[in-house]
Parts: sequence; structure tokens; C-alpha cells
Amino acid sequence: MPNNNAHPKHNIDRDRLVDLYRTMRRIRAFEEAAEKASLSGQVGGAVHLSIGQEAVAAGVCANLRKTDQITTTHRGHGHCIAKGTDPGAMMLELFGKEGGTCGGKGGSMHIADFKVGMLGANGVVAAGIPIAVGAAHGAKLLGEDRVVVCFFGDGAINRGPFMEGLNWAAVFKLPVLFVCEHNGFASTTHSDAVTAGPGANARAESLGVEAFTVDGNDVAAVDSMVGDLIPRIRGGSGPKFLSAHTYRLKGHTSVDPAHYRDQEYAAAQWEQDPLRRATAELRRLGLSKEQLASIDNEADAEMAVVTDAAEAAAPPALEQAFADIQDIGAPVWREQS
Amino acid sequence: MSTISYQEAALQAVAEEMRRDRRVWALGEDLGRGGVFGQYGGLLEEFGPERIADTPISEATIMGASVGAALVGTRPIVEMRFADFALCAVDEMVNQAAKARFMFGGQARVPMVIRQPSGMWRSSAAQHSQSLEAWYAHIPGLIVVAPYTPADNKGLLKTAIRCDDPVIYIEHKDNWALQGEVPDDADYLVPLGAARLARTGDDLTLVTWSKMVGVAEQAAELAAEQGIGIEVIDLRTLWPWDQEMVFASVAKTKRLMVVHEAVQAGGFGAEIAATVAEHMAHVLTAPICRMGAPRAPISYAKPLEDLLRITPEQIVATAARQTGV
Repeated sequence: MPNNNAHPKHNIDRDRLVDLYRTMRRIRAFEEAAEKASLSGQVGGAVHLSIGQEAVAAGVCANLRKTDQITTTHRGHGHCIAKGTDPGAMMLELFGKEGGTCGGKGGSMHIADFKVGMLGANGVVAAGIPIAVGAAHGAKLLGEDRVVVCFFGDGAINRGPFMEGLNWAAVFKLPVLFVCEHNGFASTTHSDAVTAGPGANARAESLGVEAFTVDGNDVAAVDSMVGDLIPRIRGGSGPKFLSAHTYRLKGHTSVDPAHYRDQEYAAAQWEQDPLRRATAELRRLGLSKEQLASIDNEADAEMAVVTDAAEAAAPPALEQAFADIQDIGAPVWREQS
Repeated sequence: MSTISYQEAALQAVAEEMRRDRRVWALGEDLGRGGVFGQYGGLLEEFGPERIADTPISEATIMGASVGAALVGTRPIVEMRFADFALCAVDEMVNQAAKARFMFGGQARVPMVIRQPSGMWRSSAAQHSQSLEAWYAHIPGLIVVAPYTPADNKGLLKTAIRCDDPVIYIEHKDNWALQGEVPDDADYLVPLGAARLARTGDDLTLVTWSKMVGVAEQAAELAAEQGIGIEVIDLRTLWPWDQEMVFASVAKTKRLMVVHEAVQAGGFGAEIAATVAEHMAHVLTAPICRMGAPRAPISYAKPLEDLLRITPEQIVATAARQTGV
């Protein structure tokens, strides 16, 4: 029996690691800006940060084609950016402005960008699983050569659609990669306190879905592992399951101080920050501090520009409240006097 | 024209639309054996197991996978087997299917038909008998259809399959065997949102849908013998509902009764009654009447189940009080 828990020794090319690092840094910069805007009240609703989990988004999506598709969760900014969504449109969306990915009607939890294969974040835990499975089912029916990646967290594995969706994908032998971002939390509850049995991979294997584990804070390892899995899935192997072990460095939402964590443990996890680890690796591969700083500064500058633009942008036209509901039977917009 | 059953009419609709559009497919439990009521009989042989997909008993994923498959360009027909079972998939219907187009700013559409066989039938008891159409009419993003005649079951199902928004399609289980004249034309379409004038009358407008149309027609027949003219409107589509036809009829008869099999409290009849009251109170010569089931779970034992059914005689008695005859 193959040992799926030992990720292959990766010898990552320096340029590829630079690209992965840049993606992670852009996600981090975007979310730091979003966090600030959320705390200042400019961004409404709940903002769920994936700070600390960027390596999963970057490492997985680097192995996808533009025509491949993903579904994500309420904690999905990183997946969107890694799949190619314009952070400018995303920030407009967070600010509820015209020009946002969804015209300002979805917000952080409902970002979608179909032109890059981003089929939507979701406000309901595990709800993206059947949708991803269906997108793969659709690809198979249409004879399209697509792979669908379904991101969800360890909190999702206790919902029924997890079992149903994995079973379905296995029964219909669909081209899906299930990626469980194991960040240790189900909202504000430690996920292991509410999860029985040996965990996600055992559940997947019991449904006939081959499961793998990777250090989700090691972007090169994620890249290497997914780089191996995607061609197999595209070649018709059926679905695969990947548990990426990571840690949510922030609270459940931007305003959650996460006092329920062991503070010492949480602080120590910053040592495992995927950006810090990639930085060390890049330094080892000969990248200078200046070169790294220039990537960081570029990402920060990019997100400062999109944040300023979002702040200055106009809100959506009011009639958008009634647009795109349904072709017949939607309320009729009348200019308010 | 051919005389065929309500069930055969639906079967024709699905077969014709699947021939017309390769993207149309159907999925649900037991479809490979023709579906639990035989409403998919023979389709597997013609279209194969990919397009007539036998699924696990996983309602949430039947619905959710259909949303995903619709988002990427296919047109699923979702079979829920019994409307009651669709409750296992309410997140996927209400939070996903109904919202995706709007929430994503119009980037994608969700063309899917959600077939929900409904209503009291053969002592099926509390979990196989419900009429829950009002729940779906309440949800922005959904279209709700409940045909009564075989012809409408063909024409509306075809239109629903061609519709680019999600349609909750409610077929009454007691209607499967109902015979009627149905056009053979492969492009026979009945528009969504248009009611059907089932019978004309001058004294009272009776608005109803699904199986209760037949009951209302029997009532109108009996009432006519007492000199009461009941105009029966078969609403056919609950959302959006045909206000124009209802208003025009009430303007003529000056009285309104709404009848449905579903529980009366919070039923869709309340919406019709309230809308007419808001707009036409000045023309009404009698209070609006609603008739629906008591707010009780549906019993298994026949005499108890029957207590929840609205009969032609009850309708006539109510009509007599309302019209003062």
C-alpha cells in the first residue's frame, strides 16, 4: 500500500517558487488590506481571512488551467486570487461597489468569477461540494476536458453533503480534486473536539476516493503533490482527496480575537507561516533580501491601489437590487421620488 | 391531438426536449427503471444512462450537483420523487439554485427544472403527501408551476425545460392517470405566468391550481344547478401568477374564492386574497373566502385523510354563503 502521507521530496525550481511566493504575498496583502477595511467599517458583513493558509491556494491553483474550475468557501479570497481573479474587482466587491466581481451584490462570501473558472465562494459550509461535483458531472456530459477543484475546510467534513458529494464523485468517476484545508477550526470550535473517528482521509478512502496528505504550509510540497494529482484526474482516474494541514492564524472573522485558542500555541504557529517558510527556502535558493522585498512591496502597492480605487468607486445603481433575479416574476424597479 | 394521460404528457415533454437539446438531461433515484411513477419510462433506452442518470439516494447532492451542472452549461431535470423529499435539499434549492444568478451579479444562470410530485394520494401519510408550493413561491429567484391538465403538463414542462431560471415543477400524484387531449406538436409550449380560464361564470371567481382544478370544476357544475355561476381560474403558474386574469375576472364577478389542497394558514391563497383585497376591495360585494387544509399533518387512515380534502360540496356550500344564494 502506498504511503500517501509522505509527500515526495520536491526539488522546486527557483523561478516557480518565486511565482508561488508572489501569489501568496498578493493574497496576504489583499487580506491585510481587507482586514483593515473591515475593522474600519468600510467593508461590511463578515470577512473571513485565510491568513496562514495561502500556500494551499497558491500551490493548488498553480497546477490548474484557466478552463479548470474551482469552488470555494466563505474563506475564499486566496483561492480567487490564485485562480486568476482580479483583486481590483474583488476589492470593489468587498466594498460593495460598482465593478465588483458580482456588481457589489455578493460581497466577500459570494465572490465568483466565471471567466477564470471560479464558480463561486459560498456562505454555507460544505455547500460548494455538490456544486463542484455537479460542475465536473457537467464537464463529463459535455465532453469537456476540465478538472474541478473543490476547496473546503475541516469543519465541512461533518456535513451530509461531504459524504454525498464524495460518494457521487466516486460513483460517476468524476474529475474532481477535493481539497480539505485542515486549519484546526470549525468556526470558533476546535474541529477535533467535534469530529469522531480517524478523520477526513479515512472518510474519503471509505468512499473509494484515494486520499493524500500534505503539509499545507509548504507551498512547494502542495505544488508538487497537486502537480502529480491533476494529470491523473484529467486522465480519467476519478476523484482524489487531499488534506492540506495548515493553521488559521487569525480568528474566524476579522473581528474575532480567537480567545478560545491556546495563545502560546497560536503565537508559535507564526513560525510556520507559509510565507516565512517560503522566504527561508528562497533565501536558501539564492534570492536576495532585496529581491524578496521588492515582491512584497509590489504586492502591497498593488493592494493599496485597489483599496484606494474601491474606496473611491461608486456604489451600484439602485436598480441593481432587482436585476438578475429571474427573467419573469422579479420586482419592477421604479425610480424613488 | 392525442388523448393521453398527465404522466404520458410529461414523458413526451421530456423526450421531445431531450431530442431537441443535447444539454438536457435528467437525474434522480430509480430513473433507470422509469422513475417511481413510470414518468421516465423508456427514456433510458433512447437516451442512455448518462442522460437518464440513476443517482444515489442523496437529495442534497442531486440538487446541488444539478446547480453545478447548470452553472457550467447543462440543463438538468431534477427528479425529487416526492415533494416531501425535496426538503432534504432545501439549502441547494433556496440558498444555491435560487440565488446564484443574482448573488454572482448575473455572471451565470441556473437553468434547471425541479420536479416535485405533490399532494395526497393513496393514503401516503404525513411524509409523502404534502403540498408545499407556498414555500417556494416565497423565494426570490424561483418560478413555481403546478399544472392540472395533461396538455398543460406537456406544454408547461417543455417551457420549464427551456427556461433559463430554476423552476419548481409540481405535479399532482393523483393526476398521473388523468386523461386529456394533448397537442402532438413538438413545439407546443404553454407560457409561464399565464393562467387558464377553466370555466366561465358570472357570480364568483374561484382561483385554484393543480388537482383542485378538477374539484373546483365539479363544484362549479353542482353550483350551476343552484343558479350560481362560478368562474374557475386554473392558475397553472404560482410565481409569477397571472394577476391580470384574476383581476379581470374579479372585476366581473365581484367575488373571490381561493381553493388549494395545501394548508390554508400561510398558503399561497393568502397571497392572492391579500393582493385582490389591496387592489380591488372597492369592487368586492362579499368578503374573500379561502379554502385550504386545516393545519394538521396528513393522516394515513383514509377517513382521517379525507377530513383534510376539500370536496365539491364544501366549495358549493361556501359559494352559496358568499353569493347569498
